[in-house]
Amino acid sequence: MLELPVLELKDVSKHFGGVRAVDGVDLGVARGEILALIGPNGSGKSTIVNLICGLFPLTAGRVVLDGVDISGMPMHARVTGGVARTFQNIRLFGQLTVWQNLWVAQNSGEQRRQNFGRRWFGGSRGARGEVERTLEFFDLAHKSNELAANLAFGEQRRLEFARALSAKPALLLLDEPAAGMNAEEIDQLDNRIRKVRDDGVTVLLIEHQMELVMSIADRIAVLNFGRKIAEGTPAEVQASPLVREAYLGTPEIA
Amino acid sequence: MDFYLGLIQIIGVHTLLGLSAYCVLLTGQVSLAQAGFFAIGAYVAGILTVLAQWPLIPALAVAAVVSGAVACAVGFPALRVKGLMLVVATVAFGEAVRLFFFNFTYQIQAGVLHLGPHGAEGFRQIRYFPQHGWSTLDVALFIWTVVALVMAGLWWLDHSRIGAVLRAVGEDELAAQSVGINITAVKVSAMTVGGFIAGIGGGIFAHYTTHIEHAQFGVVLATFAIAYPILGGLSNVFGTLLAAVFIQGFLIEGLRFMGDWRNLLFGGLIVLAMNVRPRGLLDAGTTRALRRLFAPRKERSGA
Repeated sequence: MLELPVLELKDVSKHFGGVRAVDGVDLGVARGEILALIGPNGSGKSTIVNLICGLFPLTAGRVVLDGVDISGMPMHARVTGGVARTFQNIRLFGQLTVWQNLWVAQNSGEQRRQNFGRRWFGGSRGARGEVERTLEFFDLAHKSNELAANLAFGEQRRLEFARALSAKPALLLLDEPAAGMNAEEIDQLDNRIRKVRDDGVTVLLIEHQMELVMSIADRIAVLNFGRKIAEGTPAEVQASPLVREAYLGTPEIA
Repeated sequence: MDFYLGLIQIIGVHTLLGLSAYCVLLTGQVSLAQAGFFAIGAYVAGILTVLAQWPLIPALAVAAVVSGAVACAVGFPALRVKGLMLVVATVAFGEAVRLFFFNFTYQIQAGVLHLGPHGAEGFRQIRYFPQHGWSTLDVALFIWTVVALVMAGLWWLDHSRIGAVLRAVGEDELAAQSVGINITAVKVSAMTVGGFIAGIGGGIFAHYTTHIEHAQFGVVLATFAIAYPILGGLSNVFGTLLAAVFIQGFLIEGLRFMGDWRNLLFGGLIVLAMNVRPRGLLDAGTTRALRRLFAPRKERSGA
């Protein structure tokens, strides 16, 4: 790899008491790719996302973003530094409007200067335009003045995705974005993730919905019991005996 | 007439106190320290006009800045704890301030009079208004001008991005951090603004009562401070005003004939209000309905 990866996890571990939720994982995410992180329930996928975001400190190892060690940074600084995320269980600002949900998420340095301008009430023209374009892209423009709490489930998922993009991240972490969605919605999600990647955002996707994963992932990393057991293209991972074992169990007759 | 003007003054000052708690409450923090900031404002402003012979407005400004600075300093350690622990920490701070003024004596001799704070006896003879020929009406107008200015400032804040950020932190701190908001900075700033407003309120309070003492700034006052925005609702600043008018004007004065029973009614009413309207008297839904009622027809179909 010639180009520096956007994100590197170097020998990252997280132990909760005696439980080794994540145990010595090395992972590199190359610029502009969609990397899917899969594994059975409890294999440590969400813990990795939380470690990258700084929700809790590492037990060991380093998290490097664009060549900068961010292991000790507080959450908000990592976001302004370029990592945004969605949550497995949606966490919107329910009593704010759809519009405001995106507005408060504009926290990159440039956006902050824009928003500190004259136009307090609707944000600066640039900020407003960004929010409107994002709402348009996620088909939420007609809901702009609704309270987020009043949206339907699918709309809330889209809004959270939109909110994560509002800070203009270099790396987007999607934690099970397809959970609870129907086939049509998954199709739209697939398209949106591709478009976001084409706009230059690197995506780390955690997902159980294998059809989606196999369709859009450039590479897949597989976790089991907090360890990385496989990494490669979708075809390579599907062929790996270790992965089959992790998902289906060991054959009884050898 | 003077009785009603006096009542109007009280309501004005309590509105300021309520607004100071409103700022902090927007970020989801329940602070019982507002009475402490109010006390600091009262003593600082009183000392400046009585002992240093300052004019009122600079004295109020300095009182507000001192209270705000104390709030900022208290905010950093206090806001590391949440929920019930924050309530305990802020009550402790409020009591510490009260006990400080219980012991604080700094007097100078002016003719036959001893001026300045005198420990448990309090701080008497804060006679700026009568000395400068302000009538009760003048004072009431002055208080409400200040209230209007503070409300206008907070209303603007509410409609700017800052207001949305404060509410975002109040709703979900983790989500707020995950979109890049520095929640410590936001919470401490809200506390500082709250302290600033409480300082102005306290400064005015000292001057219209002319006599302040530690016992006025206890937990009861702190409870009132958060009762206004909680009862009034956090959707906008007018809820706090409405609640201050309701509690001070109706419950405290209007029901005076009931004697001590009105306190029971006061508690009961807050419990009732919290059950019937958990988001306050003026909640977002009511505000929207009112806005729709007064909005021009074309907007109605657009929204």
